[in-house]
Amino acid sequence: MKTLLEVSHLSKYFPVANGGLLHAVEDVSFRVNEGETLGIVGESGCGKSTLGRTILRLHEPTSGRIIFDGMDIASFNVRELRQIRKYMQIVFQDPYASLDTRYTIKKIIEEPLIIHKVYKTQAECNARVEELMELVGLEKRVSNMYPHEFDGGRRQRVVIARALAMNPKFIVCDEPVSALDVSVQAQILNLMMDLQKKLGLTYIFISHDMSVIKHISTDVGVMYMGLMVEKAPKRHIFSRPLHPYTIALLSAIPSVNILERKKRIVLQGEITSPVNVKPGCRFAPRCPFATEACMRITPELREVEEDHFVACHRVSEIAKGTLYYETQRS
Amino acid sequence: MTENDMLLQVKNLHVHYVTDEADVAAVNGISFDVKEGDTIGLVGETGAGKTTTAMAIMQLIPDPPGVIREGEILFKGKNLLENSERENQKIRGNGISMIFQDPMTALNPTMTIGEQLMEVIRKHDRVSRAEAKRRAVEMLEIVGVKSDRFDDYPHQFSGGMKQRVVITMSLLCHPDLLIADEPTTALDVTIQAQVLEIIADLQKKYKMSIILITHDFGVVAEICNRVAVIYAGEIVEMGSIEEVYLNPRHPYTQGLFDSTPKLDSEVERLIPIEGLMPNMANPPQGCYFHPRCKYCQAVCRQQAPQLQGDGHVYKCYFPLGEEVRR
Repeated sequence: MKTLLEVSHLSKYFPVANGGLLHAVEDVSFRVNEGETLGIVGESGCGKSTLGRTILRLHEPTSGRIIFDGMDIASFNVRELRQIRKYMQIVFQDPYASLDTRYTIKKIIEEPLIIHKVYKTQAECNARVEELMELVGLEKRVSNMYPHEFDGGRRQRVVIARALAMNPKFIVCDEPVSALDVSVQAQILNLMMDLQKKLGLTYIFISHDMSVIKHISTDVGVMYMGLMVEKAPKRHIFSRPLHPYTIALLSAIPSVNILERKKRIVLQGEITSPVNVKPGCRFAPRCPFATEACMRITPELREVEEDHFVACHRVSEIAKGTLYYETQRS
Repeated sequence: MTENDMLLQVKNLHVHYVTDEADVAAVNGISFDVKEGDTIGLVGETGAGKTTTAMAIMQLIPDPPGVIREGEILFKGKNLLENSERENQKIRGNGISMIFQDPMTALNPTMTIGEQLMEVIRKHDRVSRAEAKRRAVEMLEIVGVKSDRFDDYPHQFSGGMKQRVVITMSLLCHPDLLIADEPTTALDVTIQAQVLEIIADLQKKYKMSIILITHDFGVVAEICNRVAVIYAGEIVEMGSIEEVYLNPRHPYTQGLFDSTPKLDSEVERLIPIEGLMPNMANPPQGCYFHPRCKYCQAVCRQQAPQLQGDGHVYKCYFPLGEEVRR
């Protein structure tokens, strides 16, 4: 299987007031194979969107390498970037905010084709727009309508059509279905999976919703306060989570399965922002298993089982089953 | 169960939003009861009429454009629609209280949370500032906010903490009925778990009744004993959690379950509900769900079905049978 994207030791810090540094993304490394989907999951402020944008260099990385299709795009200049961006696209969460309200649907979809001067004649361009609209399930007759005339689901179809215009290989999907109702969400998820199969696309799919991540991903990375704390193939993450945060996160999701009530772990405390962080595990203040060492030494992301990476000092005890949550209620 | 044990009865409620261009039927004949100690979930998608129903119960429908066209809302046997504004003001907070979805917009950014909480108490009870502060601090601690945060402003709180303050505010006068409108939608799951636990504990402690409004069947399963599924301003199915979750009879309810990705089962492909909710300025003839329904027949297009069933009720000519399971 060919690796399309390899991110190594990628960090992004933002300066904040009083000379502080917000460690939004810290030392994140992973690979994504062609045609597969890496799901990035985590709570608000964990750095998942910053990671997605830094990979596309919509934010300048503080350090680290981004190897896309064999090229280190972290070192690209503006001209090189413009060329490579044809192949790397992004779909944002709010389909209303990411569409120009004064452009018709056709104009929105053809804009990238015009910027990159893909076609010589308007007729060729029009044909491509029609093809794209059909691909995402938009009827031809809506091409002269405006975004405000559309519901959220169809707006997101427009955003996807625009992202596909340049035949990209890779798309960062940043919470693309979070603003949609479930019945429409299912339509868009199915569309994205169909397009992936048809066009051989590679996705990084960012979401706070574990069920959506489970549905669409090949591999899953869990982020907490800027760090990737666990990464594994989907089946491992959901059947055998090993990081204490992942375990708690999965148990906290309300389930519709009322016959098998699962035991919920309620974590104490809240996620804070990683400003001027000191060494030590960032989850330690909320972790019931934290030892003195966890407070001092940052755990590295290590391969604990085949393809299953975890950043936790006590993971071997968790893996053996000798360390577990005393669940709070049944 | 006699009429007198009912805390709240909503009967044939119709709410329209009327503007120069359109007359939008947001709520179309919703009826349900809330008994003492009941926790009922109102589930539906954006625009189904959940929040409008809640606002009608609170007597807070903005007028204009909102008009209650028909119906009765009986709280402890008394029709709120016939009350004076003064009487309803007394009920709000004391009798019925509401938690709004977005904790930021529900709090005043220019006042400390302590001032805001004390204001609520002193509006309803003639007590000294010291007594009001004592009560506010006590309630804050119950929901897990330390008393040293009493003089902080809302922007100094995180989302989860703000929602705890909003919950505190809604509970200060010990309401009999709490309406929670998407109380955890703006929160992360680990924080959502904390807040749901607080709501469940408080209910046990104070024996409140709760109307929980949400789009999330999972959240309903966590704390409700009954559920009503709302579509286009109507209750299309209502029953106990077990009845509705294990044996959904209305195709819309089934469709919602099928389109939700699940953590504990493998599905290759989700089954979406095709189409969109109708524009209620111009509702379709017959069953409001028929344009999106897989099982639609001629009769569904012509005439609206009535609620049928006993206890577990549903509004459909061709209810799904026992063999259809999630």
